[in-house]
Amino acid sequence: MEIIIGGILLGGTYALIAMGLQLQYGVARIMNLANGEILVAGSFAALWLFTGAHLSPVLSLVIVAPIAFVGNWLIYQYFLLPLVKRSKNQGQLEVDSILSTFGISFIFVGVMHAIFGGEYFNYEYLEIPFQVFEEPFALNRIIAFAGAAIAGACLYFWLNQTRSGLKLRAVSVSPDAANLVAINVNRASAMAFALGGAVTAGGGALISMFVTFDASIGVLFTMKALIIVILGGVKEIRGSIVAAFILGLAETAVASLIDPGLTLASAFLLFILILLFRPQGLFGRQTS
Amino acid sequence: MTGAEVRNFILAIVLFALAALIPLTGSGYWLSIGVSIATFMVLSTSWALFSGPTHYISLATGAFYGIGMYVVGLGIEILPYPVLLLIAAVVGAVFAALVGLATLRLSGVYFVIFTLGLAELIRQLVNWGQTTQGSSSGLYVLTNISEPMIYWQLLGLGAIVYLLGWWINRSRLGFALRIIGNDEVVAVHSGINTASAKIILFVVSGTVATVTGALLAPRLSYIESSIAFSPMLSFLVVIMALLGGAHKLWGPIIGVVPFMLVWDLVTAKFPNQTTLVLGICFLLIVYAIPHGLVGLVEKYRARARGAF
Repeated sequence: MEIIIGGILLGGTYALIAMGLQLQYGVARIMNLANGEILVAGSFAALWLFTGAHLSPVLSLVIVAPIAFVGNWLIYQYFLLPLVKRSKNQGQLEVDSILSTFGISFIFVGVMHAIFGGEYFNYEYLEIPFQVFEEPFALNRIIAFAGAAIAGACLYFWLNQTRSGLKLRAVSVSPDAANLVAINVNRASAMAFALGGAVTAGGGALISMFVTFDASIGVLFTMKALIIVILGGVKEIRGSIVAAFILGLAETAVASLIDPGLTLASAFLLFILILLFRPQGLFGRQTS
Repeated sequence: MTGAEVRNFILAIVLFALAALIPLTGSGYWLSIGVSIATFMVLSTSWALFSGPTHYISLATGAFYGIGMYVVGLGIEILPYPVLLLIAAVVGAVFAALVGLATLRLSGVYFVIFTLGLAELIRQLVNWGQTTQGSSSGLYVLTNISEPMIYWQLLGLGAIVYLLGWWINRSRLGFALRIIGNDEVVAVHSGINTASAKIILFVVSGTVATVTGALLAPRLSYIESSIAFSPMLSFLVVIMALLGGAHKLWGPIIGVVPFMLVWDLVTAKFPNQTTLVLGICFLLIVYAIPHGLVGLVEKYRARARGAF
């Protein structure tokens, strides 16, 4: 029981991380390998606001998310859009955007390392035990889970029920066709990229309440987010939420039953299984 | 063989002979830089053998390199060193084949993601294995192999890689890979087994990286998982190969020599800013010299020719 609830709570956290990447890769077609660094930047911002201004990490979302939105929009406009225009096909864009976002992620790590140093950070906020099915879980984890649920529900509603969400889905299906029906593809992609960055940074602010982080931990989050997105199927937001729970449960089970040092191994095992048996993802549709 | 090829062969032999003289200068500094340059020459060139034509960015170099080190570390007390090199090559080849079989049949993104975490995955597994075995966290490699010996061995491996690359370029396999790199759909339709061509090249490149790790193990004398599976190594290999130009056999070495000289200064003067510098280098390469230094030279040559 403890494993199941712990796994579900962890899965909620992962869902938050993966949704941001999903928007960026699914719609804007940018494989953003700096995703984890943007998350860690969100965590550092929350830490800084909490220790400096005694602002609750939940309230700091109001500041972190808009800044991340603008920051990611600028990254898209000035770094990634030139690549989109330069590349002749999707493969070329993938190679270029992977290299470029590697560069961006290293710069993020370098800057955060210069500002905060190489130590590990954590802080205590709302570490009150909270009873779920007679097992105690820290309240901050439950808040992060609720945050993930709200963000997921909002995104799902927005993408499926509104006109602007429809535009994004159209671009995700086919940028060329979307262009023909008078959708500004570059603007929709920039929007998706910026929104994805804002969700990621917000997720970082929420999970900073209970995760110990340092300047260079981002790549681990990137790995997990990528595995979740592939597990769920690249263009399905529901898929990545389910996949996030699968990963959360698998990791918690491995960590508590075998060895806490093997969490990445369990994520990789899932990854290999999905590559071998269902490369389009659990919910993805078969493409020819 | 054409005249240009004969000229290039003679040039390469002269350059290798000159490079082989470095340990005779007796300067520890140049020898140590020479070992680093030779290491990355081998790693980047073998990386480009696979990633140059296919455009698949492999970040698995660090994983193979670490495996090579651990093969030597685990076996040095039991078996003679040359046998260990052979075992390392076999282990590396088998491992590369497995990774290739799992990922290279699919689109390139899966491959990049998989290799991105590979070194860290193996590091975790090694750590776990060592703690459950109850042994200490590192391994001692005590041999009487001196640094000049390591350097000459690396040069020898480099020569093998160049010959192999030259041969692959001329073979049907190299031709197939160039078609795959230009347009995979065309390659499939002209009857090329794209997956097996990619896997063969990945195995070549992985084997070379594993042997490189095995060759360098005696230099460290104490192997720890965090050093053997350093995440930085794979990125350095990628950046140097791209800086030189991954589409030509002799491209990577043109990136390796200047980059290592500058990198040595950077790590000495600003040890805390290395990641930042690496990030800036990545961006510079993507935006300013997407085809590497070789690409720049080719462009200016073409322009000069066009002027006449």
